[in-house]
Amino acid sequence: MTSASRALAVAARLRELGIVVALALVVLVTTLLAPAFLHLDNLSQILLSVSLVAIVAAGETIVVLTRNVDLSVGSMVGLVAFVTGDLLKQHAVGLPEAILAGCLLGLALGGLNGLIVTVGRVPAIVATLGTLNVYRGLDFFVAGGKEVSAYDLPRSYLGIATSTAAGIPALIIAAAVIAAVVAFVLRSTRPGRALYAIGSNPPAAETVGIPSQRLVFAAFAASGLLCGAAGVLWGSRFGTVNAFAANGLELEVIAAVVVGGVNIFGGSGTVFGAMLGAVLLGTIDNALTLLRLSQFWLQAIDGAVILLAVGADASIRGAVQRALRVRGRR
Amino acid sequence: MSDTPLLELRSISKRFAGVRALREVDLDLAEGEVHALVGENGAGKSTLVKILAGVHQPDEGEIRLRGEPLVLTGAAAARDRGIAVMHQHPNLFPDLDVAENVFAGRLPVARFGRVDWRRARSAAAALFARLGQPLDVTAPVRGLSVADQQLVEVAKALSLDARVLVMDEPTAALSGREVDRLFATVRQLREHGVAVLFVNHRLEEVFALADRVTVLRDGRHVVTAPIARLTPAETIRHMVGRQLDSLYPKQPAKAGEPALEVAGLTRAGVFRDVSFTVRRGEIVALAGLVGAGRTEVARALFGIDRTDAGEVRVGGRPVHIASPGDAMRAGLAYVPEDRHDQGLVLDFSIAANVSLPVLARLSRLLGVVDRGAERILAGDFAERLQIRATGVDQPAVGLSGGNQQKVVLAKWLATRPAVLILDEPTRGIDIGAKAEVHRIMSGLAAGGMAILLISSELPEVLGMADRVIVLHEGLVAASLTREEATQEGIMTAATGQASA
Amino acid sequence: MSLVLRRWETLLAVLLALFVALGTALSPYFLDTQNFSDLADDLMEKAIMALPLALVIIAGEIDLSVESMLGLSSALLGLSFGLGLPLWAGIPLVLLVGALGGLLNGLLVTWARLPSLVVTLGTLALYRGLAYVVLGPRAVSHWPAAFNAFGFGDVPGTLVPWPLLVFALLAIVFAFVLHRTWIGRQLYATGKSQEAARFAGVRVARLKTALFVLSGTLSALAGVILTARLASARADNGQGFVLDVVTAVLLGGVNIFGGEGTIAGVVLAVFVIGVLRNALTLADVAPDAQSTAIGALLIVSVAGPNVVGRIRAAWRNREVLT
Repeated sequence: MTSASRALAVAARLRELGIVVALALVVLVTTLLAPAFLHLDNLSQILLSVSLVAIVAAGETIVVLTRNVDLSVGSMVGLVAFVTGDLLKQHAVGLPEAILAGCLLGLALGGLNGLIVTVGRVPAIVATLGTLNVYRGLDFFVAGGKEVSAYDLPRSYLGIATSTAAGIPALIIAAAVIAAVVAFVLRSTRPGRALYAIGSNPPAAETVGIPSQRLVFAAFAASGLLCGAAGVLWGSRFGTVNAFAANGLELEVIAAVVVGGVNIFGGSGTVFGAMLGAVLLGTIDNALTLLRLSQFWLQAIDGAVILLAVGADASIRGAVQRALRVRGRR
Repeated sequence: MSDTPLLELRSISKRFAGVRALREVDLDLAEGEVHALVGENGAGKSTLVKILAGVHQPDEGEIRLRGEPLVLTGAAAARDRGIAVMHQHPNLFPDLDVAENVFAGRLPVARFGRVDWRRARSAAAALFARLGQPLDVTAPVRGLSVADQQLVEVAKALSLDARVLVMDEPTAALSGREVDRLFATVRQLREHGVAVLFVNHRLEEVFALADRVTVLRDGRHVVTAPIARLTPAETIRHMVGRQLDSLYPKQPAKAGEPALEVAGLTRAGVFRDVSFTVRRGEIVALAGLVGAGRTEVARALFGIDRTDAGEVRVGGRPVHIASPGDAMRAGLAYVPEDRHDQGLVLDFSIAANVSLPVLARLSRLLGVVDRGAERILAGDFAERLQIRATGVDQPAVGLSGGNQQKVVLAKWLATRPAVLILDEPTRGIDIGAKAEVHRIMSGLAAGGMAILLISSELPEVLGMADRVIVLHEGLVAASLTREEATQEGIMTAATGQASA
Repeated sequence: MSLVLRRWETLLAVLLALFVALGTALSPYFLDTQNFSDLADDLMEKAIMALPLALVIIAGEIDLSVESMLGLSSALLGLSFGLGLPLWAGIPLVLLVGALGGLLNGLLVTWARLPSLVVTLGTLALYRGLAYVVLGPRAVSHWPAAFNAFGFGDVPGTLVPWPLLVFALLAIVFAFVLHRTWIGRQLYATGKSQEAARFAGVRVARLKTALFVLSGTLSALAGVILTARLASARADNGQGFVLDVVTAVLLGGVNIFGGEGTIAGVVLAVFVIGVLRNALTLADVAPDAQSTAIGALLIVSVAGPNVVGRIRAAWRNREVLT
């Protein structure tokens, strides 16, 4: 391997290591200041709240890899959560049908995003900023100011989130399974690898015959589907759902993805990294509560973390570039 | 070689919006042949390449592959039939590794649709071995040199079982040693019976590598001949239809005061201790292979890149240049290598392009741009430089390469520089426009301007320069006067074989 | 190039007329002069932020943090006023903070070379978070009457609300600078081809940083105006504004990729959005639900021309084949 390639490979490993180190630091500092942090139920709480973000982040990763972004994830999750809850509240359908309906709704919403980006040729930022509002507005329209409360929902539905298998909450298992499946598709299937190609060099992807339009559409649809799953699980976890559910989720998700080392310009990054990012941010959130710091710091920290992560990536890349230059003289 | 040509193009014609790019062109390729395609810009070479790539369909004529008629409905069709096209710039995926790049879009799969990485990597390694150029297949492409990236492209073509490989200006970004490696690769391909069609502007390379040459001019086929039966001079005559000597109208100029003095200029890792002087009225050429550091020196002089050591004087006064603005104020102008991305704002009109560096001068009260003065300025230059356009309001994107280059020249001449740095000013423009640019350069020098000419074309360097500075790997390898300079002399210094 | 834009602005004017008609159909109160006054009120903070955002996008970047800077400035103003700092000191202070926030954006984009989408996504969160840290969940009221009058009063003797006057003046200045001066020319060049602009001596980094500073400052100004109009400083002021602001800019014909757009288009688009929202309000559609319409408008305004262009191109190809 040339020294440049070696440098790049090292940088990639360092990146993921960096998150783990940051995570360890946060855990260490928080435990020192508040030993309750390391209690099993607290850790369980962290993972539970992270699970929902993680599922959506997996979908967001798929989209970001193709050099796009999905800002509408929060609205999709919220809309699906409400519709699913409402269907069950009205006793319109049984539980399996409601779950299916929620996932399909997510798929459809994501598919619409995909159409707007591919057929409409609208840049993803603009498209999903628009649908963020369209879907949230739909949510308000459907909700009509009312809410679905836990009392309205069947025990079986609420049980999905709280039930455990081998002591691990089903929600965490679901997130892990979904992440594993997505990671497998991205790492080891042709369409998954094609997504990386599309993000790395869009015109070259066309040249080698990759059906870019179709795959980008599929990426958005997949993100929608995963938001649908997350929406169904959201209602199960929180019970009470109103039109504001998951408001602002997109920021947490994108922060997780960016912190996790997924390149915002596409072409590189892993679901594993995004998961790490989600865990790090979730841990910080939890730490804030435990340390009795104002919750209000959370958004500021999310923002600062995004800036730091992207800044770190850029400086690593810059350093590699400089190394390339100086070593470059043959 | 068999009797039936591998690939035949008969009477191919192609029109684009009323312009006839190709007129009844015949071309044939035999197995295991290296065939060069030469011609000026606009001769139709790239159109022919695109037709072979399946990007365009010919309006008339037919293509036959091994005697069977062939209709290429798209890039995929061309690939399926064994025709691989390598464009000038490697078109790879920087974030993916070599093996994945070679098999992009057709990764080998095992059970359940799972990508078989081991097979991909071993197959890729085997390809490179076959080409006699081992390469680490797990290296991310981003870190590879241009030459290595091209190698990956060749491996890609080979992996597609290409029987025909079309290469468009493959050596444009390569240095001497890399060109040799590429030639070795092409010869290997020839051994394997692959027909290689390569488009090239550098006749020395054509004559070193090709078995046969085809010359196109104005979309028409002029001649096809075995390389042994043509000389470079004859080839140029076929390309141009006129004599070689009218190409370099260099007027003798009297060298005056030093306009630009560079002493010990250094940029770590790029070039070191570069010193030279350009006098008023002089054309000094900066020669050397691609990657020797010539453009980098120009960029540093113009304030785009930083320097680590050295002194620059303009008109005898030391200047400190940290930005293009500083450089312009010091009296420097730089016509960059890349016309489209660095030289022009393509969507702007000619007038807006010409005025861009001198907006301050054209602005009146409250910063308002005087559009009338702007159009007069552009109009004057359009006339002086013979820019062919519908008017100064025409967007630059609609102009031919030669006229675009003239707009870039106009824009920099508008800054009234004392020193004009030209970086490959005649690259990619047709011979007629080339001669015009040279005439303009000569006239400017005669008028007292100091010109620093960076060029990879030795005939241009020999024809236009009063003195030649040769760079090799970032160091000045030779400084030759017009009388002393010869092609061999420059090449010797450029490849580092000259003694200090 | 200018011809195409003139056609887009005509389209906008038509759209505006359409929505006015819609409004009139939906409610008899629509054409009341008082209603128009209200309409302008609701809109002017977003309009003021749309102006610098247009320049930022034309230069090839984006600034999503505008609504959060609005919130931060409102919170800071509330905090400082609550602590006893008089407004004649507090307002400039808040504007300075806006400039500094914009400077941070600018430096991260030009000096650290980070993509502006991610940077301003980060500062969107950061500044909003800081707003909450500054003021928490409370609201600061009890402002001086003159301040409130500036916010929801009219210029004496006219029906023109003060914020509208501020917007109008800013719009004129922006239009002048963008369309007539060398700064505007450099802006368009930077947006169309940053490299070529740099090579021609345009100080791209300085230009872009200045634009972000401008955006931050005017967002802070919008925050002051909103605070005055609502007579309330809150950390969540301006939440959700970014949609309307970005829509106003893109609907106004500014190309998301940079290099194209006019102030006239943006002004028209601002009013198109205002009229639409106003009409919907009169039709009893809740503001959050109105966002559906605005979101759809944003998408259609960008997708529409693309789809029409593709249909036209396909039609042309058919003709060639036959």
